[in-house]
Amino acid sequence: MRILNLLKIAYKAIVLNKMRTLLTMLGIIIGVASVIAMLAIGEGSKESIRSTISSMGSNMVTISPGTDDRGPARGSGGDVQTLTLDNYETIKEKADLLSYVTPVVNGGGQVINGASNWPSSIYGVNPDYLEIKAVGLQSGSMFTDAEVKSSSKVVLLGQTVVDNVFPDGQNPVGQMIRFDNIPFKVIGVLEEKGENTFGQDQDDVVIAPYTTVQKRILAIDYLNQIMASAISEDDAQEAVTQVSEILREEHKLLDTEEDDFSVRSMEELISTFSSTSEMLTVLLVAVASISLLIGGIGIMNIMYVSVKERTKEIGLRMAVGGRGSDILMQFLIEAILISITGGLLGVLLGLGATVFIEKFLLWPTSVALYSIVVSFAVCAVTGIFFGWYPAKKASALDPITALRYE
Amino acid sequence: MSKEIIKIENLKREFTMGTETVHALRGISFTIEEGEFVTIMGSSGSGKSTMLNILGCLDQPTSGNYEIDGVAMKDLSRNELATIRNEKIGFIFQSYNLLARTSAIENVELPLLYNSKVSTEERRERAVKALEMVGLGERLHHTPSQLSGGQQQRVAIARSLVNNPVMILADEATGNLDTRTSYEIMSLFQDLNRKGITITFVTHEPDIATFSSRTIVLKDGNIIQDYNNNNIQSAAEELAKLPQENH
Repeated sequence: MRILNLLKIAYKAIVLNKMRTLLTMLGIIIGVASVIAMLAIGEGSKESIRSTISSMGSNMVTISPGTDDRGPARGSGGDVQTLTLDNYETIKEKADLLSYVTPVVNGGGQVINGASNWPSSIYGVNPDYLEIKAVGLQSGSMFTDAEVKSSSKVVLLGQTVVDNVFPDGQNPVGQMIRFDNIPFKVIGVLEEKGENTFGQDQDDVVIAPYTTVQKRILAIDYLNQIMASAISEDDAQEAVTQVSEILREEHKLLDTEEDDFSVRSMEELISTFSSTSEMLTVLLVAVASISLLIGGIGIMNIMYVSVKERTKEIGLRMAVGGRGSDILMQFLIEAILISITGGLLGVLLGLGATVFIEKFLLWPTSVALYSIVVSFAVCAVTGIFFGWYPAKKASALDPITALRYE
Repeated sequence: MSKEIIKIENLKREFTMGTETVHALRGISFTIEEGEFVTIMGSSGSGKSTMLNILGCLDQPTSGNYEIDGVAMKDLSRNELATIRNEKIGFIFQSYNLLARTSAIENVELPLLYNSKVSTEERRERAVKALEMVGLGERLHHTPSQLSGGQQQRVAIARSLVNNPVMILADEATGNLDTRTSYEIMSLFQDLNRKGITITFVTHEPDIATFSSRTIVLKDGNIIQDYNNNNIQSAAEELAKLPQENH
């Protein structure tokens, strides 16, 4: 009953000073809205990076040959031949944290079908590749382990290659093409994946058994890469360690020697790319938080002036029976009402701004629930905190001093 | 014998102004009984307002005893004093002290908002009744700026009545009003007094004192006169005798 009456009193005081209340709220509204919008932008870009990388296979582990540090000049990773088929066999056998493993050899070349031709890259892999890259087939089928063993001249094409070498729209499955003058039979078409975040066309590929690519195209016996997928996303990091240990043993490296290979999980890639956007988010939120703080100071300012201006009123309220605690509560409720209403309006404005940014500026955004909860809580707390001091001051006044205040 | 509403004994109030001590009240004793209409007179600086503030529990005496309705005020906490002000005292100020931009009815309801025993419906009902009692039944929703000085003071009187106090304390309640309006207000006080409400009225105008039943005169913090008025004037009759104003 008492608190209800106090709510009524505080509400009336706010309504009586509409303009002043609105201006006070403005600080809070803008503060909360900008925190929400900034976090939405930050989260949005982080999520878009994560989803692109995940689309490449989120529990993927890649093993690349390391730099050759035995000579005076270091060569780049691709040139050295530290990864071999034996390494692949050992990893496949020993690394129990990996579910799929494929050797990778790749090279560039011209895909030719009659009068049409298209420069592309060929990847020599085993059938596990589809699972690791999380890519399906549009039509046809994957080659088999038997075809790998026999170095069959079969290929699967990405959509971009199909579009360029089969311009008439005929079904490529079953057709013969040539890759660098070597004839291949097309046995399937890969699912379309589009461009990744880094602008690379993931459909501009040709897939063939690694044995075929090694012997018939590249004429090499080492591997460019080994790709694998961990049994789960959580195990990816441990799988990296496991593979490293196996390879060090396999390569007979001394404890003092550096790895002559590198093992990376997608998680590392994600965190590398996310850290930049995270830093930006922190910066944006810091700026937004300052405006929220200034909003809080705005409340304190108004409450302080309001207490001074209404000292006589406080005296009157005490003279007709208002207690110190009633006065304290009244001003505190006023501060809370202002900050909560401002907070709610700020949330709405922030969500509106986010929709605007997404629709018209075409930036990826994602509103995190925590950003709403946190910014709202911060604004409620600043309201209470900054409302407390002037309210406490008002409540400690002597009725007669307050009444006589001019 | 009717009961004592106010009983003060050897009341002193001192203010410290820098190094000097000002003795506003130098040991005052008197009692006011139920149904009395007392005016406290004195020139400015005589201590009459200090007296009234202490009677209204807005200020604390330096020493001495003060009882309202048999309850000693000395030992009460700030909150208990607030309750006394809320339930036993109606205070009327020279400058009305109404809440600006707030309707008459809401101004009158104010003391009841601090009394959790009164429901919303009862609060409204009592406020309407109090405003009708002071003749403002038609102006419930006017704000102070839409009312004349006399009407504003009537709203203040209604506000002091709404809690059914045991006494009304008025501090120069007619000080800001012209003679005609003053008499109207005094006539209203006389009506209320006839209904049994105890009134203590601070003034420095001798003609106002003639409307009361008893006058206490203060000078320099002491009582120099305390007499019953055997010839109480009727404010309503005096009002009728005033020359008609030319509008």
